[in-house]
Amino acid sequence: MPLSRDEVRHVAMLARLGLEPGDEDFYAEQLSGILEHIDRLQQVDTEEIPPTAQVVEIASRLREDEPRPGLTQEEALANAPAKVDGFFRVPAIQEEA
Amino acid sequence: MIDDLTELTIKDAARLLRLGSISSAELVTAHVERIERLDPHVKAYLRFTPELWESQADEADRKIGQGEAPPLAGIPMAVKDVLCVRGVETTAGSQILRGFKPPYTATAVARLFEAGAVMLGVTNCDEFAMGSSTENSGYFPTRNPWDLDRVPGGSSGGSAAAVAAGEAMIALGSDTGGSIRQPAALCGVVGMKPTYGRVSRYGLIAFASSLDQIGPFARTVDDAAITLSLMAGFDPLDATSSDRPGLEVLNSSGGTVKGMRLGVPREYYDVKGIEPGVKAALDAALFILRNAGAEIVDVSLPHTDYGLAAYYIIAPAECSSNLARFDGVRYGLAEVDAPNITDEYMQTRRKGFGTEVRRRVMLGTYALSSGYYDAYYLKAQKVRTLIKRDFDEAFKKCDAIVSATSPTVAFPIGSKTQDPLSMYLCDVLTLGGNLAGLPGISVPCGTSDGLPVGLQVLGPQWGESVVLRVARSYEEASEIRAEVASVV
Amino acid sequence: MEVHVQPKTRTKMFCGCAVAPLNAPPNTYVCEICLGLPGTLPVANKAAVEACLKTALALNCEIPRHTKFDRKNYMYPDLPKGYQISQYDLPMSVSGHVEVATRKVRIRRVHLEEDTGKLVHAGDKLHKAWESYVDLNRAGVPLMEIVSEPDLRSADEARDYATELRTLLRAIGASEAEMEKGQMRVEPNISIRRAASDELGVKTELKNINSFRALHRAILFEVERQTQVLESGGRVVQETRGWSEAEQRTFSQRSKEFAEDYRYFPEPDLPPLEVERTWIDELRRNLPELPSVRRARLLDHLPAAQVAVIGADRELADLYENAVARGAPALPTANWIVNEVAPTGKLSPPENLAELMKLLHDGAITRDSAREVYVESVETGRTPAEIVAEHGYAQVSDESELRVLAEAVIDANPKAAADYRNGKKQAMQALMADLRKRAPHANPKVANELLLKLLA
Ligand SMILES: [Mg+2]
Ligand SMILES: [Zn+2]
Repeated sequence: MPLSRDEVRHVAMLARLGLEPGDEDFYAEQLSGILEHIDRLQQVDTEEIPPTAQVVEIASRLREDEPRPGLTQEEALANAPAKVDGFFRVPAIQEEA
Repeated sequence: MIDDLTELTIKDAARLLRLGSISSAELVTAHVERIERLDPHVKAYLRFTPELWESQADEADRKIGQGEAPPLAGIPMAVKDVLCVRGVETTAGSQILRGFKPPYTATAVARLFEAGAVMLGVTNCDEFAMGSSTENSGYFPTRNPWDLDRVPGGSSGGSAAAVAAGEAMIALGSDTGGSIRQPAALCGVVGMKPTYGRVSRYGLIAFASSLDQIGPFARTVDDAAITLSLMAGFDPLDATSSDRPGLEVLNSSGGTVKGMRLGVPREYYDVKGIEPGVKAALDAALFILRNAGAEIVDVSLPHTDYGLAAYYIIAPAECSSNLARFDGVRYGLAEVDAPNITDEYMQTRRKGFGTEVRRRVMLGTYALSSGYYDAYYLKAQKVRTLIKRDFDEAFKKCDAIVSATSPTVAFPIGSKTQDPLSMYLCDVLTLGGNLAGLPGISVPCGTSDGLPVGLQVLGPQWGESVVLRVARSYEEASEIRAEVASVV
Repeated sequence: MEVHVQPKTRTKMFCGCAVAPLNAPPNTYVCEICLGLPGTLPVANKAAVEACLKTALALNCEIPRHTKFDRKNYMYPDLPKGYQISQYDLPMSVSGHVEVATRKVRIRRVHLEEDTGKLVHAGDKLHKAWESYVDLNRAGVPLMEIVSEPDLRSADEARDYATELRTLLRAIGASEAEMEKGQMRVEPNISIRRAASDELGVKTELKNINSFRALHRAILFEVERQTQVLESGGRVVQETRGWSEAEQRTFSQRSKEFAEDYRYFPEPDLPPLEVERTWIDELRRNLPELPSVRRARLLDHLPAAQVAVIGADRELADLYENAVARGAPALPTANWIVNEVAPTGKLSPPENLAELMKLLHDGAITRDSAREVYVESVETGRTPAEIVAEHGYAQVSDESELRVLAEAVIDANPKAAADYRNGKKQAMQALMADLRKRAPHANPKVANELLLKLLA
């Protein structure tokens, strides 16, 4: 099923990917092409088949509740594009319009 | 006395180092000189790590001098740009991570450092390991040392090319759908993807978490086996890692295919788009294996036709989530002057991610979104179950599966970039192994039109020793050894 | 009601960072994992899983054999990975219930997840130069989410339910559940329904509630607000509303112009959690007595008012039962705990309280002295008998000594004495008060009898 421009815009918003001129058509066309191939999955009868999220059986291993040294504030912020007084700085979060 | 230090195997190098015939510093220098000569053409490396190689070579020489050399003491190694190394810029081939210096080292790399390996530098790859040609690197494409107009394969193309060109003795890669095996085949070297869970993924910048595995490139099966064995095993920092046995490194006298049943899946043998030259090389390899005492049996993987479709839902779905952390807040590129946080996210990510990454993030987000989850993501997971069952059935009839690694030899740069599906088809013989979590290796099996062809051996989960045994016997029987490409 | 509770652990949910104390400097309790740096992976904390299992058992939940973690995807600067690791379709536990007063509240599920970081907003409204600051100390702190079925019918019941949860969580040692410290956050979902109708109206979810009192008030406010909206012909909008403590009202928090779609899917970095039955059996065996069971037992020999106080706190109940087991009289001990221990939080070892209660009961010391002895005993750790002996708190019951005192009191209060003799019995109170002022250690019972005798 081909993707509409509306769907492209919606998905781009969910993925927080900005759209530049031409992007909507580009994605609509490209994703539709890939999905056309992917749609062959619908031919497979999976009525009785359980899904596989992890293919290798590995027993769940839990961590003991022992503290392990972390990073200093300086190390934590070392790669940050913007920081203020020990905090990461980000642009405004629009809570209320 | 020694013609070229860049053509040694680990075993030979270790002997010469122990004897004092060469020093680790000399070994590194030989590689650095070769890099200086060849890498401007090949462009396997993104960046070099002289502080590391100097201190690590010194340390290796000191230990060798004291007679307590660890197994990889002084061995020059290249590391794919998806493995974090403390203090070394690590970018996953992406502009969005430009300048990022992790404060930690990936477990696999740390274990090889402990084993004495000397890191030469960081190798190029497709951005976030998404691609089959290394053309999707956010920096520049890498070239195939056997033909500089062709791709080295991908996504670990830089690592494969570095080993092929003698710019590193071993290299690390990651394999999510074939990203070690396919470039190994296209560059004529050995590349191995272990069982999912064999090697800790801690410090591996994730592409698709349920498929990713780290593995080695080398010029011999033994070198790959040694490297793998040194980085494998449970890691308390990766809950999906395991200590299961099955990684016994072959000793020099072991390893024969006599009496083994090797399955040839007809869906792989006759896969659409396989080149005649590749098929001819595969036929020759099967002949050699039969001569060496193996029984070649027909097997079937009936859901092969759906593998690519399932893979291109599951991998993008996981990547859409794994890549959400690239938001410009804690590291990487950021449009910090955006008027609000949503714009900051959207501009940063539009600018920082390349075309293929954005395409997959969009696809994965779509496949997981409400209304499509069942039709795409859940369906793909169920088909994944069927693909796993196909392999389970096949392994009832054989000990290991053999096929070509890639349906084609290295293709010209730019020839597939406009058609994503044609690029995705490069992985059609390898991604089943990722969906089913199997160990697999690609070993050189001759050439087609002068370009390397790879033989893929897949084993059951935790069956690395079987895979290695077949690969090593073939290597011995065929007398085909990975050669160091001469380049220009 | 959705209740998020921070289990008592030393470290975070998926990394080895110590849980940050309140008011720690920003980004000082963080590591590469909880910062969501590339390549890092989560490993689940055993103590958090254990606390969640204990809570599930205490809430009579079923614990399925297979449980798993999922990713809840949304991008927000307080969420470092761009997804929260939570549990979606296979939570740690389901289908429980808890008795709150006369109502049985059904528990839909109890699951584990991780907390987000903290955002501080700052800026200049005039110039629209807003920005926010991110502190990730809390990012990755474990949380249990307890979701109840819509069984609560009033603000009172909601408050009682939350209080009961706190009591229970403390009793089993799963959490300190201090609301003021953010260890327990309650988010009531409120909808009203027409009388004689079973159909619930549109619900709103309330956030930012920091105390039991605020919970009660917020619900009352919201019920009233919804009622007014409906009665004025309006429609209740499904939304999240914040409670403002300063203004004592709720306000619309998130306008849902863009509906989030969390795209839950199984967390590939964590293998499914197969909780071993032997572990659950062991936890069940070692689970302390639940507050409801204990309350029922206390009610056998104590009035409801005392049980309400003592039964709400494990330490008080332990003190009561252990003191009584050592021979302390039941009701006086209960009263003592209600009046002297609960308000001050000063807990004495049970043997000391038992000894004190016996001294008081036998008339060896007065109630006033007993208070002083108790405080000193708690502070110094010495036994009440030692303290009484040293300070001479021992009660004077000797009749000849007290007779002199009683005569002095009658002499000093001629009017009260006359009143009493003329039939105003309540005048005795003034005389006794003066007597106790003059001689705090006098045995009030004996002194009272003497006064009566002298005035007869
Ligand atoms: Mg929650
Ligand atoms: Zn941490």
